Order: sequence, then structure tokens, then C-alpha cells
Amino acid sequence: MEGSFSPPAREKTSNTMKHLLEAARIALGMILSGDGAVYAITLRTVLIALTSTLAASVLFIPLGCLVHFTRFKGKRAVSGFIQTMYSVPTVFVGMLVFLMLSRSGPMGSMGLLFSPAAIVMGEVLLIAPVITGLTLSALSGTREGLADTSRTLGASRGRTILLVLSEARYAVLTAVLMGFGRAVSEVGVAIMVGGNISGYTRTLTTAISLGIGKGETAESIALGIILLLVAMTVSIAVNLIQQGRVR
Amino acid sequence: MILKLESVTRSKGGNRILNGISLNVHKGDFFVLMGPTGCGKTTTLRIAGLLDPPDSGSVLFRGISTRQPERKLLPVRRKMAMVFQSPVMFSGTVYFNIAWGLRIRGIPEEVIRHRVDAITELAGLQGLLERNTESLSGGEQKRVALARAMILEPELLILDEPTTSLHLSFKKELLEKIRELHRETGTTILMATHDFQDALFLGTSGAVMNNGTIEQSGSMESILFNPQSNFMADFTGAGNVIPVHFHGDTAVSGDLRVKHTGNRNGAGCIAIPPEVIVLSTTPGVTSERNRFTGTVTDMNRQGRTWSVTVDVSGTLLDSAVTQGALDELEIRKGSTVYLSFKANAVRVF
Repeated sequence: MEGSFSPPAREKTSNTMKHLLEAARIALGMILSGDGAVYAITLRTVLIALTSTLAASVLFIPLGCLVHFTRFKGKRAVSGFIQTMYSVPTVFVGMLVFLMLSRSGPMGSMGLLFSPAAIVMGEVLLIAPVITGLTLSALSGTREGLADTSRTLGASRGRTILLVLSEARYAVLTAVLMGFGRAVSEVGVAIMVGGNISGYTRTLTTAISLGIGKGETAESIALGIILLLVAMTVSIAVNLIQQGRVR
Repeated sequence: MILKLESVTRSKGGNRILNGISLNVHKGDFFVLMGPTGCGKTTTLRIAGLLDPPDSGSVLFRGISTRQPERKLLPVRRKMAMVFQSPVMFSGTVYFNIAWGLRIRGIPEEVIRHRVDAITELAGLQGLLERNTESLSGGEQKRVALARAMILEPELLILDEPTTSLHLSFKKELLEKIRELHRETGTTILMATHDFQDALFLGTSGAVMNNGTIEQSGSMESILFNPQSNFMADFTGAGNVIPVHFHGDTAVSGDLRVKHTGNRNGAGCIAIPPEVIVLSTTPGVTSERNRFTGTVTDMNRQGRTWSVTVDVSGTLLDSAVTQGALDELEIRKGSTVYLSFKANAVRVF
């Protein structure tokens, strides 16, 4: 508009790009120089996600086995429900865990709210459907007659489950990696029950969220690049596993 | 008696698959369960192999009921082994597959290696032990599955259609291996097949199933030579099944009067195997009690022999004739021929 004080749009975009490129340059410098704060957040995020994935695997791979190997009415409905829960909103899970851990909640006396343990609890709940559902799919995808063959050769129920799990190991590993991927990249649970406390519960996603709000673009971009790398590594690992299985 | 099924029934998806099956398998038997595809053979084997429970009826293994909790059933199941129609190989080598059943029983590795070597030789799998099972042919996989089951030295080995989908040469080889394994080890075998020729080659006794029921059981000879129903006559390839009315030792169908060695009256059926009917172009002198004159109506090659159809007093009879005999007789469609067969070759039911 004639007489306006705001700079032309092209100039505005150019300034933003310059700003972003500068931030990216600083971010790369932080990553390459081994910036302590950036790497501490990364390490904490990966540790929390790994703990969540490990706990969820220990709890929910057996649950997937139980559903797969047990004959009961409504089995298909249970499988369908588990798959529906893949996309449960992270803030919904965060809210549930918050209500459980808050002072007036059923687990309030444990004093876990705003701690890494609370984030782990939330992430376990968040990725439980993914790990259970994909384990179920993995077991269903094994060759028909595998469990029966095992039984006819004299295997106990437990040994048969181990054999089928071993045959489905690549698909089960994929389920675990998918769970880790969801845990490492979620933000709702970490913010709601972790509280984004610096040096204690701050994770990659919550730090990015906070940094952007405070205008700390360079640090946010550095953390974003690292988060992207972690997510891509998981994705590549899943692809490699699936290619190996096909081959 | 090693296995006894009593009045076993089983339904699936609202359909009755088995209608009160009863079977007796004796120690050392090669018992063949025969019947067309879909008659319930596999369902029967799965119940016999304790993979599925019957809806009603009982399964006794060495006289002991198998209606027990899964935990208590394991020692019983470990006395059996089963090979499926399409065997499933475990990921890994042939050695891993064959040794698997012994490993889960906690047998020491050196004993396992010794037994694997022995069974490998018997099953003709030398040189394949280190091969990955994914690279095996269908026939090799079936032999590995057989060795994997046989190495457990089961008291009862259950085989479900072991030669299905195999090339003829592999099929013959596998049948010979199975017969050799049975003879060398004396293991009781319960095998299902829809191929009557396979059953005759291997079986010592058996049963024929039809629509979820046992049509006839007994020794292979009695099944082959004494079919007791139209279905049995058809299944065993008795040929020339004719509905008749019996008058003592004579079976009458229209103007055809056939002598047999029985003595019965009323309605029934006879079967005259095509291979017992002798054709000639001259009346000749013969001691056979059944002699007829007829006209050749059709001639079809069936493998190494010819099936010559002759119209005898309005009844069509098939006769199996070799190529050499056909050349010698010089018969063709419309030729007048003389047929003769013994009374004791006529099957009555």
C-alpha cells in the first residue's frame, strides 16, 4: 500500500531467510562443537524414550502374545480397539497421567509428577497400543501352521510362543522401533507431566517448543536437527529391518 | 491298540465336519485314512494328533483318555509326531530343523548330532544339513519335515497327504522313503491320502472316509477286493458297478445274468473289475462261468492299457486290454467280441 511504513514483502521474506540461515549456521556450530546443553537434553530425551520403550516392550509384547495365542470371543474387536488406540492424542494421555499423579490423584502420594519417571509412565501408556498391536500383526504374519508344527514336535505352550516370536523377530523389532520413534518425538506428555524443568525433565520436543516461544531460534534449530536425525535413524533402521526380512 | 477314536464329532463354523468317527490303529500298523478332498481326513488327523479336541466322543492313546488339561497332555503329545500336508520349515538350516525337537527335550548335543546323521542317511538328506531351508525344493522340505518328526522316534507318526503337489518322480521317491522308514523303525503310522494308489503302496490297514463318516475300514485287501457300497466301488476303482437283483448265485440286470460266488436275494450292486474281463474274437473254450457276446462301442487309451467298452445285452462293460492284446485281436468299434470272467472275480455289495 502506498505510504505504508512496513517493508515490501520480498524484503521481509529475505530478512527472515537470512535470520534462519544464520540460526542454522549457529545451530550446526553448536552440534559440531558438542554444546553441553544441547547434548544433555538429547541424552535425557533418548534415555527417557529408551526406558519407556524397554518398559513398554517388557509389558506389552507378552500382552500381544497372550491375545494372539488365546482363543476368546471378541478377539477381533480387541485387535481393532488396540489399532484404534495407535493414534490416541498425546495430550489426552498426558492429561490422564497428570490426573493420576497429581496430589489428589490415586498415585499422588508417590510424588512423581514433573519428574522423568512421570514422562516414562506417560510414554509407556502412549506407545502401549503401538507395541501390542504391531506385535499382534507380527505374530499373525508368521507362516500358517508354525505353532501347530511346534506343538506336534513336542513343544510346550511357552516354547511354542518363543519359537513364533523368534520367527517374527524382525517384525517385533520393528514394533519396538516404531514405539521408540513415537516416544522420542511426542511433546504432549512431556510438557504436561514433565513440566519442562531445565536440567531435569526438559526433552528435545519441549525445549524446541519453549525455545521458539522465547525467540531462541538457533538452539531450537539445533535441537530440531538432532530430533530429525534421531527420527530418521529410527525410520532407516525400520526400513533396513523390513528389507532384510523380505530378502 | 495304540490309538482309538470313538464316535468323534467335530463342527466348524456351524458345519458338521466329522459325524461320529471311530478308528482303531494297532501298534506297528501303517494305517491309511483315505477319501476324497474335503471329507474330513485332516480334521480327523488333527484330533488324533491332539491339536484340536473333539466336540464329542473320545480319543484314547494307549488306552488312556486324552481329555486332559494342556499341561498334562504334553507327555502324551511327545509320544507322537505329525507332518502336515504343507510342512512349515523353521528359519535356519536343515540341521537346526531336524535337531529342534531333540533340543527342546534337553538331549545333549553330541547325541543329537549322532541321531541327526542317522536319520539324514535314512531320509536321503546327506549333504543338505548346512543348507538354509529357504533354498530347499518342495520335495526336500517334505523329507526334512519327515526326518524332523522321525528323529523323535515317536510311537505314532501322523502324516497328512505327504505326497500332495509333488512331481511324479519325487512322489515315488518320497513314498519309497516313507515305506523304508516304516520298515526299518517299525513306527506306527497314521497317514491321510486321497490317492488310493499311494494307500495301496504303503498301507497295511485303513479306512475310507466320505462326508465326515467312515465308509469302510479294515485291511487294505478287504477295502480293495470287497467294496461294501457304491461309493467304495467307485473310490477303489472297482469299475463296472451295476445295480442288480440277486437270485442266489445269480445277479440279474435286464437281460444280463452274472454268476457270482455268493448266495443272496434282493436288490444290490455288483462290480466287475475291468482287468478281470477277458476279451476274444472267437467263442473258444473257457472254464469261466460268465461268458457273454457283445459289441465294441468305444475304445480309449488309459496310460499303458486301453479301456474297451462292450455293449452286452444293453449293459455297457469296460474291459482293460493291453496294446499287444489289442493289436493281436484287431478289434475296433463295432466288432463283435466274446467276454469271459470268473464268478469269484465279481464283487457283491
